[in-house]
Amino acid sequence: MSAAADPFQHPSAGKLRLFPATRRLEGAPVLLDVRNVSVDFVGDGSAPAHAVADVSFTLREGEMLGLVGESGCGKTTLMLSILRLLPQAGRITSGQVLLDGRDLLSLSERQIEEVRWKEISFIFQGAMNALNPVRTIGDQIGEAIVCHNLARSRAWLGERVRELLELVGIGGGRKDQYPHQYSGGMRQRAMIAMALACNPRIVIADEPTTALDVMIQAQILELLDSLRTRLGLSVILVTHDLGVVAEVCDAVLVMYGGVTAEYADVDTVFNHPQHPYTQQLLGAFPDLTRPKNRLLAIPGYPPRLDALPPGCRFAPRCPAAFDRCHREQPDLHRLDPFHWASCHLVEPG
Amino acid sequence: MSAQPILQVRDLHKHFLAQGGGVLRRVDRLVHAVDGVSFELGRGEVLGLVGESGCGKSTLALTLLGLETATQGEIVFEGQPVTRLSASGLKAMRRHMQMVFQDPYESLNPLMTVGEIVAEPLRVHGLGRLKAERDQRVRKALEDAGLKPAEAFLPRYPHELSGGQRQRVVIAGALVLEPTVLLADEPVSMLDVSIRAEILNLLAELRQTRGISILFITHDLATAAHFTDRVAVMYLGRIVEMGPTLQVLASPAHPYTRALLSVIPVPNPRQRKERIILQGDPPNPIDLPPGCRFHPRCPLAQDICKQQDPQLHLVAAVHEAACLLVDKVP
Repeated sequence: MSAAADPFQHPSAGKLRLFPATRRLEGAPVLLDVRNVSVDFVGDGSAPAHAVADVSFTLREGEMLGLVGESGCGKTTLMLSILRLLPQAGRITSGQVLLDGRDLLSLSERQIEEVRWKEISFIFQGAMNALNPVRTIGDQIGEAIVCHNLARSRAWLGERVRELLELVGIGGGRKDQYPHQYSGGMRQRAMIAMALACNPRIVIADEPTTALDVMIQAQILELLDSLRTRLGLSVILVTHDLGVVAEVCDAVLVMYGGVTAEYADVDTVFNHPQHPYTQQLLGAFPDLTRPKNRLLAIPGYPPRLDALPPGCRFAPRCPAAFDRCHREQPDLHRLDPFHWASCHLVEPG
Repeated sequence: MSAQPILQVRDLHKHFLAQGGGVLRRVDRLVHAVDGVSFELGRGEVLGLVGESGCGKSTLALTLLGLETATQGEIVFEGQPVTRLSASGLKAMRRHMQMVFQDPYESLNPLMTVGEIVAEPLRVHGLGRLKAERDQRVRKALEDAGLKPAEAFLPRYPHELSGGQRQRVVIAGALVLEPTVLLADEPVSMLDVSIRAEILNLLAELRQTRGISILFITHDLATAAHFTDRVAVMYLGRIVEMGPTLQVLASPAHPYTRALLSVIPVPNPRQRKERIILQGDPPNPIDLPPGCRFHPRCPLAQDICKQQDPQLHLVAAVHEAACLLVDKVP
């Protein structure tokens, strides 16, 4: 096909969208400051599982942070602990979660209730499939508002629900429909509308596109990105998909076996990764633009959190591991003002 | 690829009956799950069948295996028309064409040991009646699937294995019959990224060493890019584009393929690119739009697209697309 006849240069270009290039967010104020959080799961009698150990990160206003790692690496546990939503066996053993300088971990249950939904809301993994099938979508979105005593009147509530649905690209007229009348992509949009119901400043989205087709995934990512611009939202995107992170995030926290492997801006993580796990993970991820590259397999399996190796948690699978890695846990080294990695090989000095 | 393809599919249709209407006025309608699909799978070839959920790719695989009866069309396996086989003929055919299912957490019987699971296909097909022979075949299948030493895995139960190991057991269960064709339906989509490459490399190795042909069914064009020789893109029950993988990636012809390629995330923030995001969902396969089935979502659709249903035609050597706006090569 000749360039002149290239159909996508056609004036119907309303359907073409472009994500903004990586933005530098250094000037934006820090909204959420998570410091050295550790979480244990305590079973009856058995050894505690150290699900999260000493993880820190910051989230700036308008930032999209990607939290990446394989299943069981502690991503969801870390996010749940921010809002103190851990299941009963989970204990936050140390750390601080500062929102505007206030430590969420020291608030009373009543005080943290005021933070949930209104300051920070959570889109749970698979929640789009947990909508109540016998209640309308609008009713379920409205419930979040009513529960937080924000509803001014029945008419106002109806209008607000309509407005929320339209914000996520669903016609307000569909608020009286039931979940089965929505497609998967629309149910996920409805979940996003629900998360926005109480005007939060931060939205944590746990694998929001995992079960969706790529085209629907692109729609949802575009929506999250536009919401952050339109509403000034900060977003934490929890995902195992490095491609998604590369497309929309400003910064990336890579977790492995409950610890921070690497934390930096998105360009550094993808183009100058320093932790062998990040490097290996990138080599294992299929890249459409390099179909001739052989995909790397990382031998072995992630560690069991109740039987962690004595040294670096990645050492048993690491191609660069040496003696010390098997004995001693590496510290998180600061390599640049905004680049951290926990590996003996990058120890400064 | 040698001259005689191992599998030929010609104008295959699979329609399901859907009941609609009210209690008093029942309307029978057809779901066109597979709606006129033709392709060939060469010996030792890996063909990717790519499409979004609901495009008919899994139904196509089930129909190939005779687990669903074709509504119309022909499947020829090793020169034999499968569509006319009896039940016992189908069973014999399945010895040579095995399926690897998507979910290794659901497809293994939790009450059976790995040894029993892998031996079961032999029992079903009445092979390896002597215990020594059976054990030997099971061991070989396990080791070929990368579970070494086999002795260590034979007595274990699925819950004792990781996801990657389970998928290897599933593959061993298919290999034990020494098939010539594997239909792999999303064999890695349930696995973590670091494990996926292992399974794909294993399948690639099997193709090398045993010359197995693989139909690799996936929604993930990026994975297909690394693993397949040719790729067929499905939309609403039809193949809309088919050709050598590298060529389709480099110069996609069909607007759907182009849109699909544009939205697949590339793991490099320096390559953020313009995305052609198709709005809405694919229409349901009951009320197919007239003309080209992609025209309601196509950014380029012309009037002619609403009237004429395009067939696959060559757009370059061995590269076909079904779009009226793409020039045919003479």
